[in-house]
Amino acid sequence: MTTRIDVKFAALKKEGRAALVTFVTAGDPDYKTSLKIIEGLPKAGADVIEFGMPFTDPMADGPAIQAAGLRALKSGQTMKKTLKLVTDFRKKDKETPVVLMGYYNPIYVYGVEKFLEDAKKAGVDGLIVVDLPPEEDDELCIPALKAGLNFIRLATPTTDDKRAPAVFRNTSGFVYYVSVLGITGTKAPDLKNVKANVKRLKTHTLLPICVGFGVKSADQAKAIAKDADGVVVGSALVNAVAASLNKQGKATAKTAGAVHRLVKDIARGVSA
Amino acid sequence: MNNIEPNSFRTGPDEKGLFGIYGGRFVAETLMPLILELEQAYKDAKADPSFQKELDGFLEHYVGRPSPLYFAERLTEHLGGAKIYFKRDELNHTGAHKINNVMGQILLARRMGKKRIIAETGAGQHGVATATACARFGLPCVVYMGEVDIERQKPNVFRMKLLGAEVIPAKSGSRTLKDALNEALRDWVANVEDTFYCIGTVAGPHPYPEMVRDFQSVIGRETKRQMMEREGRLPDSLVAAIGGGSNAMGLFHPFLDDRSVAIYGVEAAGHGIHTKTGHAASITGGRPGILHGNRTYLLMDDDGQIIEGHSISAGLDYPGIGPEHAWLHDIGRANYVSATDKEALSAFQLCCKLEGIIPALEPAHALAHVIKLAPTLPKDHLMVMNMCGRGDKDIFTVADILGVKL
Repeated sequence: MTTRIDVKFAALKKEGRAALVTFVTAGDPDYKTSLKIIEGLPKAGADVIEFGMPFTDPMADGPAIQAAGLRALKSGQTMKKTLKLVTDFRKKDKETPVVLMGYYNPIYVYGVEKFLEDAKKAGVDGLIVVDLPPEEDDELCIPALKAGLNFIRLATPTTDDKRAPAVFRNTSGFVYYVSVLGITGTKAPDLKNVKANVKRLKTHTLLPICVGFGVKSADQAKAIAKDADGVVVGSALVNAVAASLNKQGKATAKTAGAVHRLVKDIARGVSA
Repeated sequence: MNNIEPNSFRTGPDEKGLFGIYGGRFVAETLMPLILELEQAYKDAKADPSFQKELDGFLEHYVGRPSPLYFAERLTEHLGGAKIYFKRDELNHTGAHKINNVMGQILLARRMGKKRIIAETGAGQHGVATATACARFGLPCVVYMGEVDIERQKPNVFRMKLLGAEVIPAKSGSRTLKDALNEALRDWVANVEDTFYCIGTVAGPHPYPEMVRDFQSVIGRETKRQMMEREGRLPDSLVAAIGGGSNAMGLFHPFLDDRSVAIYGVEAAGHGIHTKTGHAASITGGRPGILHGNRTYLLMDDDGQIIEGHSISAGLDYPGIGPEHAWLHDIGRANYVSATDKEALSAFQLCCKLEGIIPALEPAHALAHVIKLAPTLPKDHLMVMNMCGRGDKDIFTVADILGVKL
């Protein structure tokens, strides 16, 4: 199977530059604004869109992404609406890969089979489910691959050479390398370690490796793009959403623009 | 209930950490190597007689085990039915069953060479037990506790601080036990090299449900022996309160294959099971889902978002339950029932007056079921209730509800 993700990374390889992968939470701060944000992302320089499926208890995420999830849930976001957002996005954009990222429970409750069918129909290309390690591949990973979706796995600094083969066995699309030990958006990645680890992981897989967790600025992105196939930016964008809200926590005229501006800035770093 | 009955109910979990469909290892990749390391270390410790010997020594001389099996004569008379015994785990050092598990895990952490201990706590009993054991062994200890619970359980917060622990408020989400667990997991992800996560109940990713159960099973093993000494036979029924379910699993597990023993787990029905967010009865009022590393019964909405439970008891308002309980429920080996805030409160008061024992609000829920059940049973029916904690920590809550100013 070839997904939009595979096509995209092949094209970028030809261009000789790294991908910019952007993460925002679906429905943050509300459905309409969220759609406006993602619709503008490709033009701002995003190569792949990661869309967070909100969950009340995101155990691998820092305060920024947890708060974004709670904002989305408060505004009435559900799994159904997240899939509808992708459907709406696909009306105008047929090329940009869309990856849904989140936790297993909302998918499990939605029903794995129905979720995969609806996600595929909506135009989703891949899934990242934080709390499904390879030990639980039968749950969602294998069915997702069968349904024609990429299952993108997180590799971490604790993924040593012994463990790497298991982690990569059923991974497809790309590998998301978590550059720090910890939760999203807190510590800055140690660039020397990132370089060494990406090099080490490359000996285990031919898949593109994108680096994320803690990437905030164009300079960091630029440095990481030298060694990796892609850079993931999440908490920084989610923080830009939060900073643009009014006192009641509602979207303002500046919200979507604030995110797009930051993406543009970081995109310059990635392709420099 | 249609499953074929297994030859033994005591063989779980399997190598994937599953009890039927429940349990498992639903954690982020960062934690996976640690969980595998812990599983191996626990296996090795279990097979090493010197580990059990060391643990037994601390349980006897530091914790104060065995705890008595006490015939509650006046309560029995009052209810006029089954002969009621209390397994008195409230007499343990630190006032609850939590220390049984903590001693085991801290000794294991030392064996693994871990230098820093983290824990989550709801009512504060597990936090106090962990802080206690850490003080005893000179280990730095960080306890995560929901901001709301810190406000509700001030005496326990002060106890932990006296014992040298750092108490960090969980300010995210609903700011109670489930959020404290999230924060502890986040800490662990960030400090994988030197930190041991001491989980307080029979939940979380494999091997925790198995390991905590094993450490708590001392309750049931003692009960079996003591009952044989007192009555010359096994009890007819067991009753225990369930939040995550560690005291209940500790009492139940050694009896699972004794089919004549009826087993009752009592969940917190709060304001009533019919209320949408007013109870904490995961089995009675929830359904299977995935949270905190395992599949089990959870309180959640139709979209799979976790709902905060309510109970008068801060130790029971967790929105999940240990996976082995979920399995025992599905196959029908144990009965899961519930008691409301009101029923627990009146059981609490009755126990004070008839037995001179101030129970914690957690076992007061178990007692509430004993009050319902015992009068319907013959006088030669032997019933054991786990008095898993003492009520000193709850007097403020109870006074408040009774309208008494302290």
